[in-house]
Amino acid sequence: MSEQNSHPEALTAKDFKSDGPVKWCSGCGAYSILNAVTSTLPRIGVRKEDVVFVSGIGCSSRFPYYVKTYGFHGLHGRAMPIASGVKLANPELNLWVVTGDGDSMAIGGNHFIHTLRRNLDMNVLLLNNKIYGLTKGQYSPTTPFGSKTKTSPDGTIEHPFKPGELTMGAEGAFYARVIDTDPKMMKEVFYEAALHKGTSLVEVLQNCIIFANKVHEEVTSRDVKEDNTIQLQHGKPMIFGKNNDKGLILDGVKLKVVKIGENGISKEDILIHDAHNPDDTLHYMLTRMTLPELPLALGVIRAHKAPVYDQLMEEQVHQAQKHTKIKCLNDLLNSGETVKK
Amino acid sequence: MCSKNKVVELDDVIIKFAGDSGDGMQFTGSQFSDTSVNEGNDLATFPDFPSEIRAPQGTIAGVSGFQIHIGGKDIHTSGDLADVLVAMNPAALKKNLKWVRDDGIIIIDIDNFDNKHYKKAGYVEDPLNDGSLEGYQVIKAPITSFTKQSVKGLDPKVALKTKNQFVSGLLYFLFNRNMEQGKHFIREKFKNKPNLVQANIDVLEAGFHYAETIEAFHTTYRIISADKKGSFRNVTGNVAAAWGLIAAAEKSGRKLFLGSYPITPATEILQELSSRKHLGVKVFQAEDEIAGVASAIGASFAGNLGATSTSGPGLSLKSELIGLAVMTELPLVVVNVQRGGPATGLPTKPEQADLLQALYGRNGESPVVVMAATTPGDCFHAAYKASKIAMEHMVPVILLTDGYLANGSELWNIPDVDNLPNIKPPLAKANDSNYAPYRRNPETLAREWAVPGTEGLRHRVGGLEKEDVTGEVSHDALNHQIMVKYRQEKVQRIANYIPEQSIVGSQNGGKLLVVSWGGTFGAVFTAVTEMRKEGKDISLAHFDYINPLPKNTKEVLSKFDQIIVTELNNGQFVNYLRDNFPQYDYLKFNKIQGLPFMIYELKEKFNEILEEK
Ligand code: SF4
Repeated sequence: MSEQNSHPEALTAKDFKSDGPVKWCSGCGAYSILNAVTSTLPRIGVRKEDVVFVSGIGCSSRFPYYVKTYGFHGLHGRAMPIASGVKLANPELNLWVVTGDGDSMAIGGNHFIHTLRRNLDMNVLLLNNKIYGLTKGQYSPTTPFGSKTKTSPDGTIEHPFKPGELTMGAEGAFYARVIDTDPKMMKEVFYEAALHKGTSLVEVLQNCIIFANKVHEEVTSRDVKEDNTIQLQHGKPMIFGKNNDKGLILDGVKLKVVKIGENGISKEDILIHDAHNPDDTLHYMLTRMTLPELPLALGVIRAHKAPVYDQLMEEQVHQAQKHTKIKCLNDLLNSGETVKK
Repeated sequence: MCSKNKVVELDDVIIKFAGDSGDGMQFTGSQFSDTSVNEGNDLATFPDFPSEIRAPQGTIAGVSGFQIHIGGKDIHTSGDLADVLVAMNPAALKKNLKWVRDDGIIIIDIDNFDNKHYKKAGYVEDPLNDGSLEGYQVIKAPITSFTKQSVKGLDPKVALKTKNQFVSGLLYFLFNRNMEQGKHFIREKFKNKPNLVQANIDVLEAGFHYAETIEAFHTTYRIISADKKGSFRNVTGNVAAAWGLIAAAEKSGRKLFLGSYPITPATEILQELSSRKHLGVKVFQAEDEIAGVASAIGASFAGNLGATSTSGPGLSLKSELIGLAVMTELPLVVVNVQRGGPATGLPTKPEQADLLQALYGRNGESPVVVMAATTPGDCFHAAYKASKIAMEHMVPVILLTDGYLANGSELWNIPDVDNLPNIKPPLAKANDSNYAPYRRNPETLAREWAVPGTEGLRHRVGGLEKEDVTGEVSHDALNHQIMVKYRQEKVQRIANYIPEQSIVGSQNGGKLLVVSWGGTFGAVFTAVTEMRKEGKDISLAHFDYINPLPKNTKEVLSKFDQIIVTELNNGQFVNYLRDNFPQYDYLKFNKIQGLPFMIYELKEKFNEILEEK
């Protein structure tokens, strides 16, 4: 559809690739994410001058330097409020925020929840490598409990956040989870995120080859991937597994993995994914699923059409302008209680 | 008017209204101001409220006040000592008696002067009988009981809320004010509560008639009109600052964006602008101070005039982001309404102690423009000039006002926006093949403003050091030094675009130069001009540009035998001057009580110095 909507100019990934060198470590998962992004941008039907990337601080936040668009490399944790200002100033812009698990979950945690509940139209790529990369290997708010890092030589003693849980807790309307090793899925999901009106939060499980290598291994390594993850698609049954024979059902108030064909379970018993449901109860349960009992949910888990902050603000301004007799500051200064002498 | 009354003409009068937070003293003060403006008086007002919204009734902590200074001559401050004090209860009397002239009029609500209220106010002796009110003309008015009588049908709770109108009635009689204007004010304020309009008007009239019939007011007063010409309105500093930002947006063709977070005493800027959507203003109430300024910087990057409003503690939180605006060289206006600090300090009280924070409170070499507003009405012009500098020079500007200017008001000569100086931001042209993010205007050293959405100008900005001209990230040693110098020099060159420092008084120098800045203008100016009338060799240099200082600052300082720097802090501007012009000796006079200067205390100090010599 984007092709019909798009501007006459035909864009390709090359239009968005920066001329300068990309300076992530070789083998870093961020490279494939960058490629998926630059190949998504030409498809979303916007002028290249209207695309803006905003980031905070961290390895992932170098992103704006590596895409050939307008860009703002902000400060630790502050990408979302900077981006909010950009979007409100000019709602026509197509806005992307690239952030990491430290940037958005720790130092920018407050901005994260409030941005999500406001639901400004922007696409947030949260590159979750479960470690502080740029500062060389300290634990982050998503580092698994007990992990040994430079600042937890005896193992961490704090419970990690799940970004998806926070998203829903903050009234977020769009949440997706993808893996850096699956370019096809990334492109599909980034595209959906871009077209969704509102804050689209995409958590990308990214591998930091230097400080947390293989932290996502149980969902990325070839031999177990299909059994340990489920790729959700709106309107499709929640079926997964190497042999496509496992599915999810509700057992009381819990999700449960069942085998199709066993214990009288047929395809019809399997839950159908409804990403558009305004009620996020099931989305939340899907987001929380953890191994080994349940597979990790991937794909677009929630995509609910909620009122969009920047559109509402434009509308309020528009209405106020339409219904006022006071059209400029001179009108205002000379209205109400004034005296002429 | 009652014909047997003697009417005395006054040049000016200072009235202080004081009562419980819920007594409506702010309302009465505003109503009286409004009528006075309408009758052609010049005026300045200052509300003085506790930071608690409703502290326990009858206690000192709960006393809320409103001082108004009206007159025919130029009024520059809300006044030193009150000629008239209205005290709705003993606590209000206790708190304010020291601010009343020795032979002043004190109007009390006698219904509240009983043992129960004395105890709450902390009085051991009955103040009406212990001699402490000797010399004053005390009017014991039964305000509460007469109010109840005049609105008998009303729910007693609501009835009591109208007793401030009884006070208004008394004062309208005492000062021969136009009752119709007072009623008009009531009708406007209760537009949406028509049932309260008549009750308030009834009580206003009851107060007026009571005053007419008692002996106490055999003399009434008329305050002469000011001979100022033009269109006027009464305006507070916060509202004026908000309007100044709107004016700058209109004149520059940029949209105004305010990203802010509520904080006393700056909140009215956020509130005022929130109700100006009809002028295209966008306001974002952020989740915290940091997000407020971050969003303003984002909006500025996207081509809006990005502004944020705050007070001291908020400015601390915004420091890092202001540094980002320095580095990205984007326009940003920070209106900092100073209050007593550190930490939470004195939220509702004015102080000038954020000056050094504004100048230096960031990491790295991080120069910003620092300016100060001088009066409530000047907050408009100061905000306008701050925005003009921010946009034309691509630089963050911190505008310092304070709680006294912010909540105080004055009769303000309404400017014509068309006549304000033009604002021409250096917008980059679409498809300029030579565009480079850090290419600079050779005169101002400002870089160009390349707004996202514009064809052919895609670029990136950020907090990392940038290479000269190209704006690529650079860690090069020499480049860093060049860029630090550029950022410094860019701010310094703004001195070429601001007026020279003026001297009130002896242009060729003399014995004593008083130096002050910002919101103390009214008091210091009045003190110096009064002393000059008395024949004293004293002059004033009042600064509103602090970084950069006006180009002739050194010359001004050099002309006088002695310099005294007066400010509401422990000596910040004086140290700044010492640092910039170490060749001069500076005396200093500081007040750190969360209160504005009194004219008499300044004169006392200046006379002391003049006599020493
Ligand atoms: S430190 Fe880790 S996350 Fe950062 S660039 Fe290197 S591999 Fe990537």
